[in-house]
Amino acid sequence: MFKELIGKRSAPLKNVIESGAVKRFAEAIHDPAPIYIDEEAGKASRYGRNIAPPTFPVTLDYGVIEELVLPAKGLIHGEQKFHYKRPLLVGEEVYGVTAIKNYYERTGSFGKMGFLVIERQGTDAQGELIYTEEQIIIINEAARKGMPV
Amino acid sequence: MKAITDIKVGESLEQVQLSPVTRLDLIKYAGASGDFNPIHTIDEDASNAGLPGIIAHGMWTMGNLAKLFTPYVEDGFIEDYAIRFRNMVFIGDVLTLQAVLHKEEEHKREFKVAAVNEKGQEVVNGTVVFSLYEAEIAG
Repeated sequence: MFKELIGKRSAPLKNVIESGAVKRFAEAIHDPAPIYIDEEAGKASRYGRNIAPPTFPVTLDYGVIEELVLPAKGLIHGEQKFHYKRPLLVGEEVYGVTAIKNYYERTGSFGKMGFLVIERQGTDAQGELIYTEEQIIIINEAARKGMPV
Repeated sequence: MKAITDIKVGESLEQVQLSPVTRLDLIKYAGASGDFNPIHTIDEDASNAGLPGIIAHGMWTMGNLAKLFTPYVEDGFIEDYAIRFRNMVFIGDVLTLQAVLHKEEEHKREFKVAAVNEKGQEVVNGTVVFSLYEAEIAG
């Protein structure tokens, strides 16, 4: 049933990279470096402002794919990738969009597992791509069977 | 601290040992990331999911691991960061963050990265491609 969703996309949503959110995130990953949280250090840096940690995009809004309903249990985050064109800047607007890139099944020692590949992108106000994010969610058979159809 | 361009293939960035994982670490990460899946914060939900205890968000560990590269933000940026989540991280676990230079191209440095627990198991591993700004290559 996930296979039919390949290629489905969300409508893009606007996010603003907010300094307080970046600071809390940097602290939560134990990386409160001046480049992330100190305004003066940001101004003095080559970026002229603060930047966000590389995994910060997970906090942003990418809209929803209406047809995608995931089970509440039995999901495992298998893999995560980021590809950046440049660092994400504090204060900038980012348009988030998400798409189902792939779905496949494999049978292993834990029975049949589904692999859902979700892609998310962040684009700047000029329409230039800043980053692409890809996550692989592993769904076990028991969880799929328990889903409402 | 050694300049990133002076690190040779096979050499490591300075490794970092985190303090033991606490529930508060995961509560803070839940709040900062918006990932409120209760298997990361509430014992009962973890137990209902068949886990021996609450487990860290994979992204908490991946977020921590990237800090090995933060000292070099003036020299370049993380162009690619790819991680596989290999083992669960529990409260009290002590993680060590590691990065070894694997490949070197003109303006790119590919590192093998991992977070290793106190039993020596890699809980996450993968690669970071660090892209250097022009001036750094010339220098």
